[in-house]
Parts: sequence; structure tokens; C-alpha cells
Amino acid sequence: MNKLSSLIKGIILLLAYLVVQLLERQGVLLPYHVQILSLCCINVILVVSLNLINGFTGQFSIGHAGFLAIGAYASAYLTVVWQAPFLFAIICGGVLAGIAGLAVGLPALRLRGDYLAIATLGFGEIIRVIILNTDAVGGARGFSGIPKYTTFGLAYLMAIFTVVVIRNFVTSDYGRACLAVREDEIAAESLGVNSTYFKVLAFTIGAFFAGTAGALFSHYLQYMAPTPNQIGFVKSIDILIMLVLGGLGSITGSIVAAITLTIIPELLRGFAEYRMIIYPILLIIVMIYRPAGLLAGNELSLSGITQFVKGARAHGNHT
Amino acid sequence: MATTPELMVNNLCVQFGGLKAVDQVCFSLKPQTLAGLIGPNGAGKTTVFNALTGLCPVTSGQISFNEKQLTNEAPHNIARYGIARTFQNIRLFRNLTVLDNLRIAYHQNRQYSLLCSVFRSARFKREEAQITAKAKEALALVDLADKADHIAGSLPYGEQRRVEIARALMLNPKLLLLDEPAAGMNPHETQCLLELIRKLRDDLQITVLLIEHDMKLVMNLCEELFVLDYGHLIATGDPKSIQNNERVVEAYLGGCMA
Ligand SMILES: Nc1ncnc2c1ncn2[C@@H]1O[C@H](COP(=O)(O)OP(=O)(O)OP(=O)(O)O)[C@@H](O)[C@H]1O
Ligand SMILES: [Mg+2]
Repeated sequence: MNKLSSLIKGIILLLAYLVVQLLERQGVLLPYHVQILSLCCINVILVVSLNLINGFTGQFSIGHAGFLAIGAYASAYLTVVWQAPFLFAIICGGVLAGIAGLAVGLPALRLRGDYLAIATLGFGEIIRVIILNTDAVGGARGFSGIPKYTTFGLAYLMAIFTVVVIRNFVTSDYGRACLAVREDEIAAESLGVNSTYFKVLAFTIGAFFAGTAGALFSHYLQYMAPTPNQIGFVKSIDILIMLVLGGLGSITGSIVAAITLTIIPELLRGFAEYRMIIYPILLIIVMIYRPAGLLAGNELSLSGITQFVKGARAHGNHT
Repeated sequence: MATTPELMVNNLCVQFGGLKAVDQVCFSLKPQTLAGLIGPNGAGKTTVFNALTGLCPVTSGQISFNEKQLTNEAPHNIARYGIARTFQNIRLFRNLTVLDNLRIAYHQNRQYSLLCSVFRSARFKREEAQITAKAKEALALVDLADKADHIAGSLPYGEQRRVEIARALMLNPKLLLLDEPAAGMNPHETQCLLELIRKLRDDLQITVLLIEHDMKLVMNLCEELFVLDYGHLIATGDPKSIQNNERVVEAYLGGCMA
């Protein structure tokens, strides 16, 4: 049963990839469209990795773009200056971001709620200001001439890898310990869970994946600017909004929200003036009607969907 | 050979600012006793539990368990030594299922590594199956086997208290601390609880120390009692002698009249 559903999911994922390839070959999807799909994958990695920290472990980080920035710049430096292979650069970007996550995780032990949020926000800005003043990565001019290594296929694979790893993590004893810390730190401690360790672990793993997303991001844009929009607090808030909209503690929610909120702004590009009106209104509506997010901590699953379809059919037969 | 004490508390003091919540308390517990910690409201009973489990800092004095010093040890390490507890204001993981509440408590005995869990190795699957089986066993002990998949916060009060006991048992404790386990239970549930605690002690051969205001439960169940009043230990002994102890009667009556 379990094996079968994994197999079905694998086949669906493969088919989706093939369909995109086919449509691109046929000229139905323009390169611009495929670009947006790559960006969707990058955002899925960012949101799911933030979910591990904010959703599953209950910490409140709003500096996720800081980890993204580290991965983006470190990997770009490696491929541009050292001509390093891209995969190696991605891993280095992830590891460096992970180390930064470890460093941020440590104050997280002392700070809670709003205070932690402000500390992580500060961390993100510190990273940005450091980059702004580092001439080796272009300083305030930005970092240009980054090779276009990020393909849709690679971004897609990395997104799947991230989702699988984080899902397997949260459904293991490690993930249960994180949930326990989120639910009740005192009870968790009294049951032998070292809450400090798991907060730091969540920050480290989350930061690692954000770093890999950063590597994909810089080799997708080919140009990094140390602006709040790209690697600063605006970006952090963007990721946070996707997370909250999808539902804290729901991986499938994160995926759906990341994809939707990447595509919607692109669709609305034609109505540039209205974009900043429609987008917030959408958010407000969702927050009023589903304050815990679209999926509210639940997961979409194959069996859930088949049951829903069966239920609908049974209902249809009745009437 | 006479059994040596398992838990030794020596001159325990816990101070909150100017308030001495626990003052110079000494007591010891022999293995497999059913003991009670009683006293009027605010006497410092919960604070003793918190000190024993590392949840509040000990101002002075020593706590040792099986000859290991536990004074001011981190709570998660104390759990490792075999002391498990429940809370006066139930602290279940309310949004998680009953089964997950219990499985979390098996944390310290988990062997598989992070990589095992990420790659879903055979070892991971085998151990997860064991953990689930163990959790179901513990649920059956408290007669809640059919509630495994319920969300913990949705259960009635009495059942939540039993889930909390089952969760504590997942630690394989040697000493079980119960903070007002009968609070909010009706007389029938209290009677079942009494039998349950006795059964747990006999079957699992653990020591139980419980805080309780229900005197009928305490007198019927406990073999040894410790009475706290304003942070002081005012009496120790079997239920009979405590009932006839003048200072105890005075402390309780004084509490009533105040
Ligand atoms: N964390 C704390 N900070 C400050 N004072 C505290 C703290 N915890 C307990 N106290 C105080 O210590 C005293 C003893 O409290 P404790 O909770 O141990 O009493 P108790 O015997 O468990 O009472 P009850 O029967 O009402 O549960 C009380 O006066 C309480 O207000
Ligand atoms: Mg109390």
C-alpha cells in the first residue's frame, strides 16, 4: 500500500516533468513560462525549509532570505571566480548557509516569539549589509555575469529532494521531537527531548536547504543585487507569506502556496497597477476565511484525494 | 539486606525571590513504594516535583537518585535517569494524536540515525514499528487502546490524565511522579485510577510519588506520606499516623479557616 502510493507519486512527478518538456518542445510553453516554473521550484524549497523552522519546530524566523543570500553569493563566487562545478557550488552554498543557521539557532535558545523574529530579521539584514560591502561579490553594484546553470529539470529535482527529505525528517522521531518542542517545550523536556538541540537542528537543516535554493536562484537570475527585494527582508516576508498562506506545519500546503503565489504575480503582470491591490486582497480573504492557512496543518494525500472523489461519486449516485 | 533508598532529598530549598516555596525538606523513597506528598494549597508540593525534574532551579540542598546527583541537572537528562512525571495542569501535546504523544516519549530510546530516517532504511522501519507497538501497549495499560488516533486535546479530562500517565510510562521510568492525577475525576474514575496506579506499581515494579488532595484516595493507596506546609515538611509516616498527627490536622484546619 505504502510502496504503491510512493510509486504512483513518482510516476505522477515524472509525467509532470515530461509534460513540461513536451510542451516546451512543441512551443506551447515559452522559455519565459519555463523560467517561472523553475522559480516555482526554488520557492517551494524556500517555503518548505522555512516550514521546518516556523511550522514544525514553532520558532519564528523572518530572516530566511539571509540564508538564501549566503547560498546565492557563495555558489556564484565559486562558479564565477573558481569555475567550480555547479553541483559542488550548490552543496557549498547549502553548507555555508547551514553553518550560518547553526549560528542563528544558538540565540534562538534564549529568545522567544517576537524577540526571536527581530533577531532573525536583524541577522538577514547583517548578511545583506556584509554582501553590500564585499567588493569580491560586486558590492553595491551587484554580482553580474553568473552563468545560467539552473535548468527547470535541476530545480525540479532539487525541489523534490527537499520535500522528500523534510517530509521524512518530520515524520521520524527527530520530527516528533521538533513538534514536541513546538507544542510544549516543558513537557518535551520532561520527556527527555533536548529542546535546545532540536531548535538548532531545525535552523541548520532549514538554512541548508535555503542555501541550496539560493544557489539555484543566483544561477537562474544570473545577476544578484543586494537589495531588500532580492535578498533582504522583503524577500523574507515574501517567503513567510507563502508559508502562512499554505498553513504552518503543512508541507503540501507550502508547495501549493509557493506555486500559486509565484504564478499569480506573473499572471497579474499585465495589470501592473492593480497587482499590488489584488495580491493583498487575496491574502486578506484567505486570512479571514482560513486563518490557519489553506491546509491548516493538514496534508493533501493520494488516499485523501481518492476518498474525496469516491465520496463525491457516492454522493452523485444518491441524487 | 534492607533496601537502600532510591530517591534521596536532602535539605532541599527552593526560593522564588523572597518566597521560600520549599524550605529544608528532607525525605527519601525506597524502591517500589507508593508514596504521597500532601499539604494545603500553595504548600510547595508542585515545586518539589519541579525541583526533582529539573524544571525549577534548586536554591540549595541535594537530590540524588540511585546514587547519582540530580541537583540542577537539565530536565531532559533527568528523564534519561528514569524519572517521569505528569503535570497538575495537563501538558499533553494537544494538537497531536494520542499515539504521537506517546511515541514522542520514546525519544531517548530511539537508536536510528538522522540519515536512517531521511532515507527510510530498514532499521528505521523496524524501529518505528517497535515504537508504535510499545505505544499501543502503554495505551492498553491505561485502557485507552481505542483512542490511539484521537487528537489528544479533544479527549475528556479524565482520559487526558490517563494519556499523560501512559506517556510518562513510555520513558520506562523507575520513579513516576503524578501531580494531582485525580483532579477533575468523578468518584468512579478516581476508584479506577487507584486500581490503575496500584497495578502499575506491581506490574512494572516502579516507585510512585503522587500529589493529591483527595484524602480518600491518598489514605487508601499510599503506604507512606509526606506532609508539606508553607514549604516545610511537617510530618512523615504511614497514613494512620498522619491522620492522627496534631500538626497535620492543625495545618489543614488552619487552611480551611483562612
Ligand atoms: N515559578 C514560580 N515563581 C514564583 N513563585 C512560584 C513559582 N512556582 C510556585 N510559586 C509559589 O510557590 C508556592 C508553592 O507553590 P506550589 O505550586 O508548589 O504549591 P502546591 O503545593 O503545588 O499548591 P497546589 O495544591 O495549589 O497545587 C506558591 O506560593 C506559589 O505561588
Ligand atoms: Mg501543585
